[in-house]
Amino acid sequence: MSDTFFTGSPHWAWWIILYFFIGGIAGGAFFLSALLHLFGRPVDRPLVRLGYYSAFVGVILSGFLLTIDLDRPLRFWHMLIESNTGRPMFKAWVPMSVGSWGLLLFGLFAFLAALTALSEDRPDVKWLQSAPVRALRGRGAAATIAVLGSLFGFFLAGYTGVLLAVTNRPIWADSTLLGLLFLVSAASTGAATLILLAAWRRAGHPASLDWLGWFDRRVLVLELLVLIAFLITLGSVARAFLNWWGVLLLVGVVGIGIVVPLLMERGHKVRAPRHLVRSAALVLLGGFLLRVVVLLSSNQIHVLGSGVTGR
Amino acid sequence: MPEPMGFYTDTTVCIGCKACEVACKEWNQLPATGGGRHEMSGDSYDNTQRLDGIHWRHVKFVEQFSEDRNDGRWLMMSDVCKHCVRAPCLEVCPTGAIIRTEFDTVVIQSDACNGCRLCIAACPFGVIDINPASDTAQKCTLCYDRLQVGMEPACSQACPTDSIRFGTIRELKQQAETRVRQLHQLGERRARLYGADQKFLGGLNSFYLLVDEPETYGLPRSPRMPTRNLLPSALLSTAGAVVIALLGLVGLRKRLMDDRAEPREDADV
Ligand code: SF4
Repeated sequence: MSDTFFTGSPHWAWWIILYFFIGGIAGGAFFLSALLHLFGRPVDRPLVRLGYYSAFVGVILSGFLLTIDLDRPLRFWHMLIESNTGRPMFKAWVPMSVGSWGLLLFGLFAFLAALTALSEDRPDVKWLQSAPVRALRGRGAAATIAVLGSLFGFFLAGYTGVLLAVTNRPIWADSTLLGLLFLVSAASTGAATLILLAAWRRAGHPASLDWLGWFDRRVLVLELLVLIAFLITLGSVARAFLNWWGVLLLVGVVGIGIVVPLLMERGHKVRAPRHLVRSAALVLLGGFLLRVVVLLSSNQIHVLGSGVTGR
Repeated sequence: MPEPMGFYTDTTVCIGCKACEVACKEWNQLPATGGGRHEMSGDSYDNTQRLDGIHWRHVKFVEQFSEDRNDGRWLMMSDVCKHCVRAPCLEVCPTGAIIRTEFDTVVIQSDACNGCRLCIAACPFGVIDINPASDTAQKCTLCYDRLQVGMEPACSQACPTDSIRFGTIRELKQQAETRVRQLHQLGERRARLYGADQKFLGGLNSFYLLVDEPETYGLPRSPRMPTRNLLPSALLSTAGAVVIALLGLVGLRKRLMDDRAEPREDADV
């Protein structure tokens, strides 16, 4: 039996599941937008702006979700400042500590990027055209925001999985692939979110959407491979999935979230936005279920001692 | 600086009276389970069931019976925080609320804890949980307040069989080794110490004498630090980020090439 089975559950449930999902999307969407921003064409701009907005909304929601999950929410700042000394609180070897700072800094870049996007979108609003905001839109400043924001976006997408691995809990600490798995899933759900938002706002140019679809299909294949590798590295602990969680993993995450979207888009040479939108919705659902399964399947495991057992 | 202090628990003389549990609850003013409406476990004579935020001591009953219940044995073990020399909870606490005291014990400062619950997931022994009275993570403090004024912890003082012994780690180890030798001479060859050496977590300042495998008592065989997974996880994630970034770039380049080969109507260049 894995030594992880003798530990207690931290009761991280729906707020944290939502955070892992939304934080991943925010990081993924920012990075994709930054890529289009830096290496795309003018027609990609509407999608870039949409991506920056969604990253900013995502990071605000993330901070909120993390705070309300604390048992003492008003002490959220203890993560950043040591409460009894007033000194900055930072432990480089603790993903939750690094993550608090990472989220804060990602939030800063997501805010700046969203501000430049808004200034592009609303030439009629005076303060958005003021000198400081216009300076942010300058080539160098915008590129710096895009690059640094992407780095923190990637961090936000992956550190949550690393955080789970740096515990002693079953499933989470039994593999070192959760960070990678969450990162890849953040890329696919980030792309899916952009596709859905573009369809809703009628904002994305077909050329941008085509690229997103192309990217998402490849990332989904990667995600499937990483998921299989994750299960293999769990070894005997993978037996913890011989229950309804395993069914949800197989049907919901792999089937609905990865295989069906891939199949749906096969055979559509010119990819109609309709198909893209439908498969993107499934990818999002799959990404959400992945986090549900990973968190809740572990939460229920706790060995109290061998109790009443036959000799 | 005082010498490292701790507990040595000889499970062979524990009678399961739970005096230690009661003494701990009284001294530390821990609330009753379910506001006083106690639930029965239903499948064991042990109704405490686990260590958590309001149970800092728990006398485990390992009840082993044959199918027809003709044959059986009880193992009793008063469980508590192990005050690990390299403590996983302390290692990961992101607020700095968990500290090591001058007695080499591990204490959670309630006024600094914000209830993130990472320590619960990090402790290899399932020791910590939230105390609903404070909404912070709590566990045994090895009676830090009593130690500071030269008193013995409440549990070991209350233990009627001296199953729980308190003292300096040096003395406790000597006592434990003598006891193991004695048990071996008496024919109990399974007697062994758990956590008395530095095989894992740098040693446990609350260590045990057991007469069966650790798993039988609900103890992990070789608990490890959570950070063992940090470097490989971080490196794999970073590699993944590079692959994803390259994939995005390749896609954009492919789009560019495709457009050059066959300009699309909607292309803007
Ligand atoms: S037993 Fe658990 S709570 Fe006690 S010091 Fe070790 S890790 Fe911390």
